[in-house]
Amino acid sequence: MDFKDYYKVLGIPRTAGADDIKKAFRKNARKYHPDINPGADAEMKFKDVNEAYEVLKDPERRAAYDQLGQEPPPGQGPYQPPPDWDSGFAFSEGGPYGQEGFSDFFETLFRRGAGPAGESRSAQGPDSHGRVEITIEDAYRGANRTISLRMPVVGPDGRVTLQDRSISVQIPKGTAQGQHIRLAGQAAPAFGSGAAGDLYLEVAFAAHPVYRPDGRDLHLDLPVAPWEAALGGHVVMPTPDGKVDLRIPKNARTGQKLRLKGKGLPGVPAGDIYATLRIVNPKVTTQEARAFFEKMAKDMPFDPRAQLGG
Amino acid sequence: MKKTTSRSDLIDTLSLPDLCRFCQADEAWVIELVEYGVLEPLGRTVQNWHFQGPSIARAKKARRLNRDLGINVAGVALVLELLEERDAVLSRLSRYEAI
Repeated sequence: MDFKDYYKVLGIPRTAGADDIKKAFRKNARKYHPDINPGADAEMKFKDVNEAYEVLKDPERRAAYDQLGQEPPPGQGPYQPPPDWDSGFAFSEGGPYGQEGFSDFFETLFRRGAGPAGESRSAQGPDSHGRVEITIEDAYRGANRTISLRMPVVGPDGRVTLQDRSISVQIPKGTAQGQHIRLAGQAAPAFGSGAAGDLYLEVAFAAHPVYRPDGRDLHLDLPVAPWEAALGGHVVMPTPDGKVDLRIPKNARTGQKLRLKGKGLPGVPAGDIYATLRIVNPKVTTQEARAFFEKMAKDMPFDPRAQLGG
Repeated sequence: MKKTTSRSDLIDTLSLPDLCRFCQADEAWVIELVEYGVLEPLGRTVQNWHFQGPSIARAKKARRLNRDLGINVAGVALVLELLEERDAVLSRLSRYEAI
């Protein structure tokens, strides 16, 4: 395991007082909260900040941690705490109980098998929450995903270790972004004798190069040639569900929205696809194409800037 | 690595007690979220309320903001609204940048 410098994580000196620790934690929590800052980076940072605060906010735990001293110089292999480093300290174990654990460093040093406060809940262990990322195409067809989770597990000797578990998840057809999938009894095993709680996975869509999801609807930009927009007619548009024939109205404008009813995510009712037209010009590379545009410029009475005034 | 296969089901709706368990919150707090318009359950009386997909995700987010940052319900309602506005603006911006 790696040594964790909790003071560095919170950006405070080792001499910081309790108030400064709390202030630094609050500031960093706002800065890196994953609901406010998208991106896996912020999520990792937020976890570190929470872990650091979990140790430093508790005077006993902090004293035991300070006893470990500074981070050892690099190149000495995995970190090992000195023997009996925690003798004489009576701190209670902390950490995000029943969820994905903190770092190995935290789990080894600060959690030893005791349950959380309120352990008397023996009927069922706590639920866990996680996320699963799928593609839009998966949502149309349904899919099987294997996710791996690190969960704290209590061994027979009462020590806690982080174990990797891999769980196979069935994603039903028509699953929308933000929906939850329940895996009964798949949370981290309960401390004590209770049954394991449920594992909830929030479904997130991987960013798609073409489609922007909104509930069960999908939005996309549909490029059309100037003559397709001017003359109208049918174009073939690919969708996650296969190709569809789309009618472009005459004199279509850039930004005009066309709706394909029921072609969005499957369900009752199924979503729609909204195609926003975008007129794109061909690149003029040949003499013939150039002649075409010159003829249009000469023959068509068109002032694209008529509405600018002046 | 231990491998498990288990039954998975998609959550369509949750009742008030189920939602409370789901986001580890008490009923009074969830009711306040409804009063502030953060959640929009179906059903006329509290006993008949059920919460659908978007409300479930919002409740969880609201609970995290409340627990991690100490924001009260009025603050959570405002933060969620601003975040949604920001996300809409960001996604429009990325479309224009792509063109």
